[in-house]
Amino acid sequence: MADVATRRAPRLARLAAPAPPVPGRLLAKARRNTAAWGFLIGAVLCFTFFSWFPIVREIIMSFQKPVYGGGNTFAGFSNYIRIIHDPTFWQAWRNTLEFTILALVIGFAVPFVVAIVLNELRHARGYLRVLVYLPVMLPPASALLLFLYFYNPQYGLFDDILRTLHLPASQWVLQPGDGFFSIAMIAVVIASTWMNMGAATLIYLAALQNIPGELYEAAELEGAGIFRRIRHVTIPQTRLILITLLLIQVVATMQMFIESFVLTNGGGGVDNNTMSVVMLIYQYAFAMSGASNYNSASALGVILMLVLAVFSGGFLWATRERG
Amino acid sequence: MASLATAATRTRIGRRRDGARRPASVASTRTLISDVQRNTRTGKIVYRVVLIATIVVFTLVFIGPLYFLFTDGLKSTQEAIATPPTLYPHQPQPSSYVDSWNRLDVGLMLWNTVYYAFGALAFQLVFDVAAAYSLSKLRPVLGNVVLFMMLATLMIPVTVLVVPQYVTIASFPFTHWNLIGSPEAIWLPSVANAFNIFLLKRFFDSIPSDYIDAASVDGASRLMILWRIVLPISRPIIGVVSIFSLVAVWKDFLWPLLVEYGYSPTRETLNVGIWQAQLGTPQNLIIAASAMAAIPTIVFFLIFQRNIMAGLTAGGIRG
Repeated sequence: MADVATRRAPRLARLAAPAPPVPGRLLAKARRNTAAWGFLIGAVLCFTFFSWFPIVREIIMSFQKPVYGGGNTFAGFSNYIRIIHDPTFWQAWRNTLEFTILALVIGFAVPFVVAIVLNELRHARGYLRVLVYLPVMLPPASALLLFLYFYNPQYGLFDDILRTLHLPASQWVLQPGDGFFSIAMIAVVIASTWMNMGAATLIYLAALQNIPGELYEAAELEGAGIFRRIRHVTIPQTRLILITLLLIQVVATMQMFIESFVLTNGGGGVDNNTMSVVMLIYQYAFAMSGASNYNSASALGVILMLVLAVFSGGFLWATRERG
Repeated sequence: MASLATAATRTRIGRRRDGARRPASVASTRTLISDVQRNTRTGKIVYRVVLIATIVVFTLVFIGPLYFLFTDGLKSTQEAIATPPTLYPHQPQPSSYVDSWNRLDVGLMLWNTVYYAFGALAFQLVFDVAAAYSLSKLRPVLGNVVLFMMLATLMIPVTVLVVPQYVTIASFPFTHWNLIGSPEAIWLPSVANAFNIFLLKRFFDSIPSDYIDAASVDGASRLMILWRIVLPISRPIIGVVSIFSLVAVWKDFLWPLLVEYGYSPTRETLNVGIWQAQLGTPQNLIIAASAMAAIPTIVFFLIFQRNIMAGLTAGGIRG
């Protein structure tokens, strides 16, 4: 309140002194709001056109179909019905789930373990931190084209390493097969983890540094070994960060696109075995020559949005603080 | 000031307690393993082994691929696709980089990327800073509703909106402007970044109103207050926002693929350009182009690494 009064004081004084205070205050309020909205309007317009309106439009488009000769008409659930009868739809969902699970097993556990180890080291920490974050900065296409080169079955580095170790060579991303954990998808996850793990590692590291040393001290006095200290001190103390990053990672990996897109040159792998949901949205909307269809793509987008919303809500409900 | 003072004391205490051998930058609090345990005979050996193993593994895993990224571009085309692959270029050919630069027109892609990235940065700084200042200090009617609706967009997965955004950019409501192929197609949507607004507003909230009131009493306009008082204090957070917005445009793929490359290959960014060139270009030239695309980001990171890492943790969590 105090700041409002002082801010208005000079302006009121400048206005005719005997004027009744109510219109003056209203005028000042109107002026203040005009100025404030003047500062705000640019961002609000951008949000309106590129964020709020597209959210609504996506839902509208998913219930429409184009009319021959231009325009759109209401189509009920026909877009939804059409895409769930597309076999690629179910395959894309299964692949996306497969990627998410693999990315969690590798991409969630590895950064946490790495952060714990880094936090114990007393030397070379700056160097190691720079190393782990360096791939995050690379343009994704650079990193993925490099991995594509390594994965090449004829002249790639990875098969050469396998041969040197007398292990059977692999086709990596080109490996046919559509089992739940296919080699092709694992190859995609390896590249993705290499590219992305730096951010999570550094966030964990910061969280670990905030754990009070006394807690470890106390646990040690009680006779807890290293693993019990991790179990009973480290994990509970970083619980909030772990939960938040888990949620963010699941939401991000469910939207996997560029990894599979670059590694399979936009194709989705052998028999679509690395095709993800977002890749299918792209294919529906932009790549299917002749059958390009924004409405099917919107319907798939709405389904993905709903799935992620339900998942996020359920996850937050399941991990809420009790008591 | 207070935080500076405590930081200084903490360093001094840390030094005294740990002796001169430990670098001052290392936090002195105990971690999982106590200093006592670490300093026993076996503790020291185990620590050494773990340290060396970590350094070796990290260097192999993270520098190893980068080593090949830069050296494989020096190989001739035959050597780049030789079986087995060579570990270093036997006949280094720096001309591969020149060939790659000319054939893929890396210069044009680099210029496009820089143009889009800095343009987006300028738009974001002007509109997002103004909006955050308004929401934090001017507090218009419905300001909280606007803020809530902006933050709510953080819940919407970005890739899902690609189709309606593309349709909107191709034909604006009412006016039917088509921005496809123009740089504004990248610049304007980048302003709708709720995370920027959140970070900036939270920082502006921490600036005492006394400063602003004092300036206001002296007759400074709102723009003047923003320019002369708020912005100079907010340099750290503006640095963080700028770095992340530049990196975001530099790394973006799907959106520039649709709105720029889809319009004309001459508008493509580095990230899209090297991807679309991979078919029909020799392997060594593609790797050389990938290396050239990576150099600016690596240099940028090494210069700003402190700010980037601080921003990553101070800014909380970014999806």
